[in-house]
Amino acid sequence: MSAPMISIRNLYKIFGANPAAAMAKVREGMGKEELNADYGHVLGLKDINVDLMEGEITVIMGLSGSGKSTLVRHINRLIDPTSGEVLVQGENVLDYGEETLRDMRRKTMSMVFQHFALLPHRSVLQNTATAPIVRGEDKAVYEPEARKWLERVGLAGYEDSYPHQLSGGMKQRVGIARALTSNAPIMLMDEAFSALDPLIRTDMQDLLLELQVELNKTIVFISHDLDEALKLADHLVILKDGEVVQQGEPQHILLNPEDDYIVDFISDINRARVLRVRSIMEPVKQDVSHVGEVQREATLEQVIAQTGGESIGAYLVKHEGDVVGELNMSTLVRSLVPQKRSGQ
Amino acid sequence: MATYDFLFENLGLKDWCSDGGGDRPVSMADLLARKKGGAAETSVWDTPFPSMDALNEACSKFPKSRDLTIGLEDGFLAIKDALRFVLDPITEPLSWMLDGAMWLAEATPWWIVIPVLLLITYFVSRSWSIVFSVGASILGLAFIDHYLPAIQTLSIVFVCAAICVALGVPIGIAMSRSNRLQRAVLPVLDMLQTLPTFVYLIPLIFLFSVTESKLYGIAIILYAIVPVIRLTDLGIRMVDKDVLEAAQAFGMTPRQKLYQVQIPLALPNIMAGVNQTIMMSLAMVVIASLVSAPGLGVLVLRGIRNLELGVGLVAGLGIVILAIILDRVTKSALARVNAAQHH
Ligand SMILES: Nc1ncnc2c1ncn2[C@@H]1O[C@H](COP(=O)(O)OP(=O)(O)O)[C@@H](O)[C@H]1O
Ligand SMILES: [Mg+2]
Repeated sequence: MSAPMISIRNLYKIFGANPAAAMAKVREGMGKEELNADYGHVLGLKDINVDLMEGEITVIMGLSGSGKSTLVRHINRLIDPTSGEVLVQGENVLDYGEETLRDMRRKTMSMVFQHFALLPHRSVLQNTATAPIVRGEDKAVYEPEARKWLERVGLAGYEDSYPHQLSGGMKQRVGIARALTSNAPIMLMDEAFSALDPLIRTDMQDLLLELQVELNKTIVFISHDLDEALKLADHLVILKDGEVVQQGEPQHILLNPEDDYIVDFISDINRARVLRVRSIMEPVKQDVSHVGEVQREATLEQVIAQTGGESIGAYLVKHEGDVVGELNMSTLVRSLVPQKRSGQ
Repeated sequence: MATYDFLFENLGLKDWCSDGGGDRPVSMADLLARKKGGAAETSVWDTPFPSMDALNEACSKFPKSRDLTIGLEDGFLAIKDALRFVLDPITEPLSWMLDGAMWLAEATPWWIVIPVLLLITYFVSRSWSIVFSVGASILGLAFIDHYLPAIQTLSIVFVCAAICVALGVPIGIAMSRSNRLQRAVLPVLDMLQTLPTFVYLIPLIFLFSVTESKLYGIAIILYAIVPVIRLTDLGIRMVDKDVLEAAQAFGMTPRQKLYQVQIPLALPNIMAGVNQTIMMSLAMVVIASLVSAPGLGVLVLRGIRNLELGVGLVAGLGIVILAIILDRVTKSALARVNAAQHH
């Protein structure tokens, strides 16, 4: 496996007047509540260790106030940690001086914001070209580039409009075009779709997945919505009160929750629509006769539709023409019932 | 016998008081008291407040309150030359600007000045109806032979407001960036704004001669600069935190943030400040006619001094007309900025 694009190591963030002193207390084992009640400091993040792989979408999910925004802002150092390391392409960004840091923000990372954060006095085209304008590039070079990305997100013809003339969904399309025009390999998205209506949100998720197939960016996506997280994530990190409770491949978390909190969290989702055949298939047994074939990447919902509700027998699992395993319908039915915490 | 004799006796200061007390100047009150034969034993009802003058009666060494005002005056006169030495050269360009603008406005024939003013109006407001009302106002004033004082007043307002903006915007920006500076400057602004306008003419009269234009220039600027500073500071502090964060995330330098984000987003507030500054300049020009500022204010003053009711009223009306057109032109510019951002 290749080295991670971004590596977060033992990261702590304490908000308050004297974080260093509070940090000592936390190292001695003081918890979030006590620290807040007795010392008036907020333990924003506690011992975070996450690796983010190149070309993957890592979704950081948690309820409001769990520290998601704080965490993502450590990656481009809009917030400095109290303790710990943030490695980007192997370099510790905490060692960066002002100049190097700015250079990283200009070239290596772009960001999309929950409330769009467009410049109200600049046209859509100028907003889209924010990154090259900041870098001081030539208008003749960046304008075609910005136009290209505006067209790519479906906003051709709106170049000369102003942000206040656009709807929320369109504003966020500009936000995405702005991030893409920066041409940075890393994209940070803080609740980028949370302020949008459900239908538009689905559109935007599809747009992001579609773009990602082509662009292969390293995306850090923040969300408080489990369905969104499961749809987008290659790697899912679940935060609670500033701590990582579980991280891993989303289907794996769904089938093997390690914590009661996560069991609660995932109890309401439509498992048939989220789980895929690959997550529950088994190696092919020779002595079983198969009643049909299913695709490895199919969701269980699709399989149930395909079998017409038949819940016995086994199917051959195929991927790109090859047999890769077998699916027992009894396993499928069992997997639809939310599990207790694994190991219980 | 004075009421507070006991105080100095108890404190053991009697000797200090009477030391050389023989040549104490005799006051009117003393004479009256002596005439009464000193028999008056003051009742509790008549006990005077232990003010400086009352204490002085008991002990001639104690200063009277009049000594305070005299001391202040002496002190001011003592540092006056030094202050002048520093302030005079710094403020000299202000005289040149005021005199230059005045000369230009007076020397240029009316049929050039009026179209130029209308052109400026158009570029600021982009509204023909405002250009029309400004034109009608100025022509009306010219028709009743108030063209010259109106133009004088306008030229003073322009120069002073321009200087207010040139100084006030940077001061406001600096304040928005430093809480400590803000804490230091705000009380000064409060004082400049609450001080009765006549009061701060007083030190200026001592510092500069009344024949110099900068005397009234400084008075106007001190008074009118306050809103543009306040609103620049406020406007920049109110800039959307999300947008600033985005600017930061895309790697803007502090300078890029200032010019590409903070100032443009604060512009509606800054313009509101400029509008108020212009209106306050106009108000102060009228008062500054007391210290020889030319223009419509002089006519108002003449109306008061010589009881020439008509002269005063017409000049007052002229000022109202100038106020209305200055306000409408700057407000329409403000509305344009607002419409462009509308968030
Ligand atoms: N600047 C700050 N000062 C004090 N507390 C803060 C600050 N920023 C965030 N917090 C606290 O840290 C916690 C995490 O906040 P945040 O990262 O914004 O959560 P999320 O984005 O998951 O909703 C919250 O309890 C919040 O109150
Ligand atoms: Mg957040």
